[in-house]
Amino acid sequence: MTINQFLILGSLLFSLGVYGVLVRRNAVAVLLSIELMLAAVNINLVAFGSLLGDTLRTGHIFALFVITVAAAEVGIGLAIVILIFRNRASANVDELDLMKW
Amino acid sequence: MSFGDWIGQSENIVFLVIGVVMLVAGFWVVTSRNLVHAVLMLVLALAGSAALFLMLGAEFVAWTVVLVYIGAVVVLFLFGLMITRAPLRRDPVSLDHARRWPAMLVAGAVFATLAYATTAFYGWKEGAAVTPSPTGDLGDLLFNRFVIPFEAVSFVLLAALIGGIVLARKDPRE
Repeated sequence: MTINQFLILGSLLFSLGVYGVLVRRNAVAVLLSIELMLAAVNINLVAFGSLLGDTLRTGHIFALFVITVAAAEVGIGLAIVILIFRNRASANVDELDLMKW
Repeated sequence: MSFGDWIGQSENIVFLVIGVVMLVAGFWVVTSRNLVHAVLMLVLALAGSAALFLMLGAEFVAWTVVLVYIGAVVVLFLFGLMITRAPLRRDPVSLDHARRWPAMLVAGAVFATLAYATTAFYGWKEGAAVTPSPTGDLGDLLFNRFVIPFEAVSFVLLAALIGGIVLARKDPRE
């Protein structure tokens, strides 16, 4: 296994996530795309941790941290989406222009 | 390393199959018109990443992905969908923006930049032999060398817990 195959798969998944974040209008779908991007980051980190001969396994540890932060992000993000939906009866991100100058 | 040598290793065939499944699932996540299907395809993509982690010997990370992502995060997403009554079938308000080409352009540029920046350094040579990283070793590292980041992350989780409760509950004064 070369390390580059994992890096290319990671970049492909990350760019899919970027496309989803830009093109989706529903806030939950945007959060889904962010999860895809975080999964791509995890693939890169674990590949680094396994294939570079790192005895400290830094990549694996960082992947665990990324998973933790992603769980926190989803919890807060969905709470905010539900709050916005309760106040404005819509979860579309392009209708949330309250802070637009 | 030629492509013939690369595809000759059985683990690379497994990688190719898992990678194609993940990419198709990821594409479905960002294009599906039915958001429940998108969430279920995200499960497939995350399961593929867990399988790759098992291939790379990172068993604890793989099972953490299965437990935390597939077990908890996906359920949370389904709850979010049901509560916000997101379009479950075809619906008059489009789920996507009309202008897709700029987004495709940006995504393509991100892919080109990332793929070049990460792969240019390593080259197409065989990586170090994969040795499994046992859960016990990972635990030792987590509680010795990485104990400060571990505590910081636990504070992040606590803050997210409190923040989620504060945000989602109704204001009792109303």
